[in-house]
Amino acid sequence: MLAWTIYISFFGAAILLLLPKRAASLARCLALLAATSACGIALAAFLRHRTGELFTIVDKPWIASLGIRYHLAADGISLSLVLLTGIVAIAGVLFSWDIDDRTNQFFAFYLLLIGAVYGVFLSYDLFLLFVFYEIVIIPKYFLIANWGSTRREYGAMKLAIYSIVGSAMVLVGLIAAYVAAGSSSMALDKLAGFPFSAHFQMVAFPVVFVGFAILAGLWPFHTWAPTGHVAAPTAASMLLAGVVMKLGAYGCLRVAMTLFPVGLGPWSHPVLGIDSWREVFAALAVIGILYGALVALVQRDFKFVIGYSSVSHMGFILLGLMTLNLMGLSGAIIQMISHGLIGGLLFAVVGRMVYARTHTRELAALGPMNLSSALPFAAVTFVVAGMAGMGLPGFSGFVAELMIVIGAWRAFPVLALAVGFGILIGIVYVWRAMQKAFFAERGHELPPPHPLQPITIPEKIAAALLIASSVAVGLYPQMVLNIIQPALHSLLFAGLRPGGWQ
Amino acid sequence: MTWIVRYVCLIPALPMLAAGISALLPQRSRKPAAGLAIVSMAASFALALCAFAAALSNPSPQVFNFSWLQFGDQTLALGWLLDPLTAVMLVMVTFVGLLIFIYSTGYMEHDENFTRFFCFLALFAGGMLGVIIANSLLLLFMCWEIVGLTSYLLIGFWYQNPRAAAAAKKAFITTRIGDLGFLIGMVWLYAQAHTLLFYDSGRGALESGAVSHLAVTTTIYGLTLSSAIGLLIFCGAMGKSGQVPLHVWLPDAMEGPTPVSALIHAATMVAAGVFLIARIYPLMSAHGVEVVTPTIALQVVTWVGAITALFGATVAVAQWDIKRILAYSTVSQLGYMMIGLGVGGPAVGMFHLITHAFFKALLFLGAGSVIHGCSGEQDIRRMGGLRKYMPLTFLTYGIGMLALSGFPLVVSGFWSKDAILYSAHHWSVSQLPFYMASLGALLTAFYMTRQVCYVFFGTLRLPGHGPVSHSEPDSEDTRHHGAGHPHESPAVMTAPLAILAFFAFALGFLGTPLWPWFQSFLNGDHSVAAEHEPGLVATMAASSVIALLGIFLGWLLYGRQSIATCEAPDVLERAQPQTFRVLHQAYFIDAIYDATFVRLTRWTAKLADLLDRFLFHGIVQAISFGVLGLAWVDSFVDNYVVNFGFDSSWRSISMGGRAMAALQGGRVQAYLRYIGLALVALVLYLLWGVAR
Repeated sequence: MLAWTIYISFFGAAILLLLPKRAASLARCLALLAATSACGIALAAFLRHRTGELFTIVDKPWIASLGIRYHLAADGISLSLVLLTGIVAIAGVLFSWDIDDRTNQFFAFYLLLIGAVYGVFLSYDLFLLFVFYEIVIIPKYFLIANWGSTRREYGAMKLAIYSIVGSAMVLVGLIAAYVAAGSSSMALDKLAGFPFSAHFQMVAFPVVFVGFAILAGLWPFHTWAPTGHVAAPTAASMLLAGVVMKLGAYGCLRVAMTLFPVGLGPWSHPVLGIDSWREVFAALAVIGILYGALVALVQRDFKFVIGYSSVSHMGFILLGLMTLNLMGLSGAIIQMISHGLIGGLLFAVVGRMVYARTHTRELAALGPMNLSSALPFAAVTFVVAGMAGMGLPGFSGFVAELMIVIGAWRAFPVLALAVGFGILIGIVYVWRAMQKAFFAERGHELPPPHPLQPITIPEKIAAALLIASSVAVGLYPQMVLNIIQPALHSLLFAGLRPGGWQ
Repeated sequence: MTWIVRYVCLIPALPMLAAGISALLPQRSRKPAAGLAIVSMAASFALALCAFAAALSNPSPQVFNFSWLQFGDQTLALGWLLDPLTAVMLVMVTFVGLLIFIYSTGYMEHDENFTRFFCFLALFAGGMLGVIIANSLLLLFMCWEIVGLTSYLLIGFWYQNPRAAAAAKKAFITTRIGDLGFLIGMVWLYAQAHTLLFYDSGRGALESGAVSHLAVTTTIYGLTLSSAIGLLIFCGAMGKSGQVPLHVWLPDAMEGPTPVSALIHAATMVAAGVFLIARIYPLMSAHGVEVVTPTIALQVVTWVGAITALFGATVAVAQWDIKRILAYSTVSQLGYMMIGLGVGGPAVGMFHLITHAFFKALLFLGAGSVIHGCSGEQDIRRMGGLRKYMPLTFLTYGIGMLALSGFPLVVSGFWSKDAILYSAHHWSVSQLPFYMASLGALLTAFYMTRQVCYVFFGTLRLPGHGPVSHSEPDSEDTRHHGAGHPHESPAVMTAPLAILAFFAFALGFLGTPLWPWFQSFLNGDHSVAAEHEPGLVATMAASSVIALLGIFLGWLLYGRQSIATCEAPDVLERAQPQTFRVLHQAYFIDAIYDATFVRLTRWTAKLADLLDRFLFHGIVQAISFGVLGLAWVDSFVDNYVVNFGFDSSWRSISMGGRAMAALQGGRVQAYLRYIGLALVALVLYLLWGVAR
C-alpha cells in the first residue's frame, strides 16, 4: 500500500501534463488531491506499523542478470520521513496556490519531485535508491529555472551540478561495494552484512558519505543551498529545505554509515590530532552550524537569512549522526523532521507571505512597510516559526537540539560547547531578521501604493498544519522515538554499535 | 492530601489554558480575556493554598514523575514535586500575580491591545508556575524559556517605541547568554548523573547518591564536578536575576508597562534565578570530604551577590526616573538574596525573596499609581508634594519604602535583611560581603528616603502645575491619560496596594529570630524554637542603626532641602541670622556631609553609573561587534573563496569544453589537416622505432 505514495504522485504528474493550459484551478485541486492522498497513505502506514520494524512492500526482480531488484521496504526511520514528506507536500501545494504561470506544468514537476522523494525513502535496493535519487534532480532544476526568481538560472544550474557531483560520488562508492561484495546483489542488507575489508571501508566511506552529505549541506559543500533556496519558488524551496536536504542526510545514515561502519573507526595514523573520519565530519558539521548562523547574521536579503539557517540546522543533523550513540542518532532523525517542518514554514513566510506581496526581500526595505500591522498573520507565523527554529521548548526543534547536544556531549564535549554558541547565534539572527522585517521602527515613508493582499485561507491552513506538526513532535517526541528506535536497534545498524549503543 | 501532588500541575496549566483561549479571542473581547486570566489565576491561587496545606503536613518532597523520552534503558523523565520551597513560591506567585492582574485591568484600561496583554500575562504566569513546580531540570528549563519569552513579549509590548523594542531584545539575548551556561550545565549533569530529575526516590540528581558521586569527582582546576555544574547553572540564574555583569537588561526592561515591571521584573521572574539556586542548593553545597569551608560554587554565588548588592544600591542613588530607581534597587536586592543563599542557605535567601516580592510589587504598583496620577510623568524632579493629592498611594508607598529600607522591627524587610546580614557576619570565608551588604543597606535606606522626599514631600513641581505637555513622546504610559491635576488612582488600583502593604508589614513576623517559622518550614524540621545564637542582638542593632541612619541621611539631604528650596528664604534665617549662621556652620554637618559622604556617594554613584553605561555596555557592544566582524569575514570568505572555487572550477570545465568544441567545428579541411598531421607523426614515430 505504501508504494502507492510513489505511484499516486507520478500518476498525478502525468495527468497534470495532459490537462489543458487554462485549467489552472483544476490543476491545483488535482495536485492537492494527490498530495493529500499520498500523505493519508503515509499516515495510515505510520499508524499501522507502530513497532517500527522493517517490512517489505514490494520485492520483484528488475535486472535479474545483475541481481538488481525492485525492492521497496520501510522501517521506522523511513516511515517517519515519508510522513514528513507527505505533510510538507500538502503545505507546499497550499502555499503554491497563487501560481498562475503554466500551473499544470508546475504541479506536474512538483509531484514528480515528491514521488521521487518517496521513492528514495522507500527503496531498499540501492540501485533503485540511486535511480530515484537521480530523478529528484530533474524536476528540481526545472522548478527553479522556470518559476524561480533572483539569478534563477545560476541557482538552478549550481544546484544541479552539485547534486550530480554528489550522486556521481555515491555511484562510484556503490559500484565499488557491489563489485567487492561479489556482484550478486544491490540489496541494502546484503551489502551492509558483507564484511568489506577495513581498508576498503576507510576509502569508500568518505566518498559515499560526502556524496550524500553534499545534498545535506555539509560545509564546505553547502554553497548550492543558499543560492538554490533563494532562487527557487516558494514551494520548491520548501521542498528543498524540507525534504530534499533530508535525502542527503538519510543517505548518509542509511547507506554510507550502514555499509561502511568500519570507515568511522580510528585511523592507524592520526593526522593533526584527528584520528577518524567521524571526527572530521563532526568538526565539519559544527563548523557548518556556527558558520551558517554567523553568515545568516549579516545577510541583507530575508531569504538568504533562512537559506543560511538551513545550513546551520543541517549541521545539527550531521553532528547527530556522527555521535554514534542512540541519543544523538535519534536526535538527528528528529531534527530531520523538525527542520523539514520549520524550515519549510520559514521559507513559506518569506517567499509566499511576504515576497509575493511586497516584491522585495531586502530587510531594509521591508522594515518601513509596517508588516506587523499590514500582515499580522505573517508576522505571528514568522515569530512562531522563528521561536521553533531557535529551539524554544514546546517545539520539535528543542527536543532535537537537546538530544543532539546530549549525544554530542558524550562523544565530543568540546564540540558540544561550540554547538551551544551556535544555538546562541541562532537566536540572534532570527531576532535580527524578525525585528528588521516585521517590527522595525515605523518609517516615515508612505505605505505601499497598493494595499497588500491579506493572507489567504490556503496559506493559513498550511501554516497551521506545519506548526501543529512541530508542536506535536515537540510535546510528545516519544511518538516518533517509538517508531525509530526499533529501526536503530535492528540488524541493519549493527555495525554502528559494536557491543550495543553507548 | 496526596491528591494535590498529582494535580499540582493544574496550577501552571490553568493560566496557560487561559492564555491559549484568549490568544484565539478577537482583539475587541477585552472583558472575557481579562476575566479568564483573573479567574484562572484565582483558581491557581486556591490550588496553591491546598498545596501549601499539604506541604505543611508533609514537608518531605512529594513527586510525580513520568517518562517523556525513552531510549532503550535510558529515559529523560519529567515531573513535578511539592515541597515547602515549591509551596511557598506557589502561594507567593499566584497571590502577587492575582493582585497585579486585577491592578492591570485598571492600568491598561485604555490600551488597544488589552486582550493580547492579558494573554501574555497569563502565559507568563503559567511559565513561572511551571518553573516552580518542576521536578526536573529539563522541565524547569523549558518553563524558564517560556518565562523569558513572555518577558520579552511584555517588555516589548509597546514595540512601536524603539526603546521598548531595543530593551526587549536586550533582555532576551542577555538572558539567553546566561541560559547557554544553564543548558551546558544541564547537559553535563545529564551525562554524569544520567537523570535530570531532582527527586526520584533516591535516584534523583539532588539526592545523596548522585550528589556525593558528583562531589568527589574533580574536573579542571580542582573544581568538583558538582561545583562546576552548579556554576554553569548559576550562569542562567545570573542572567535571569540580573546579577553583575548580566544585569544590564533589567533597568532597561522598565520600558514595559508598569504592572509588568511589578510582576515580572520585581516580584517573580527575576526571583526565578534565586529560586533556581535554592532548588539546586544540595548540588551547590555538596562536599566531597569533610571540609568546613563552603564550596567554591557557594563562594562565587556570595561574591557575585555582594558585588551586585552594592553596585545596584550605589547606582540607584543617582537615578531620576522613579522606575529606574526601583529597578536598580531590585538588582541590589537580588544580590542580597544571592548573598543569603551563599552564606545562609535556601531559607535565608528565600525569606528575603518572599518579603521582597511583596514590598517591591507594592512599590512598583505604587509607582505605577503615581505615574498614572501624574499623567505619565516619571521624573521625580518634576513631582513633589503628592501626599496631598494621593494619600492612599502615599501611605502604601511609604510602607513599601520602610520595608525596603529595613526599618527596624515592624516591617518584613528588616527581618529578612537582618537574617542575611547575620549569616554574612558569621561566614567563615570572609567578612567583606558583610560590610558590602551593610553599606548597601545604608544606601538602600538613603535612596528610598530621597525618592519619597522628592515624590511626596515638598511642593508640587509638575510643569505648569496643570496642563502637562501632552505630547510627551517618550512615555507610552501617558498616551491615554488626560492632563491636569495629580489625582488618586481608582479603587481597582489602590485596593491591591493596600493588600500588598498589609503583607509588607505582616510577613516579617513569620521569620523573626524569636520564632523562625519560615526557616524551619523550609528546612523541613518542625522544631519551631527560638535560637539564641551569639551576636544576634548585636547584628539586629547594627542593621537597625544602618537603616535608621540611611533614612536620616536621606531626610537630611532631601527632605530638609526640598522645604528650603522655596522661593522665600528660611524663616529661621530671617528672624535670627546670626544664630542661623552659627548653627549652620557650628555643626559643619552639611559641609562635612557635602564634602565627604554626599560627594563620595555621588562620585561612587556616578562612577557606578559610568561603569554601567560604558564598561558593561561597552563589553556587550565589543562582543557583538566582534561577532559581527567575524560574520562579515565569513560572509566574505563564502562569497569570494568557497564560492569562487565553485565558480572558477566550473569556468575551467566550460573553457575546456569550449576548447574541445572548437576541435569539433565540422570543417572537413581541418579534420583532414589533423589526420594528415597525425599520419606524419605516426610515420615518424614508426620510422624512429625501426631505426632503433
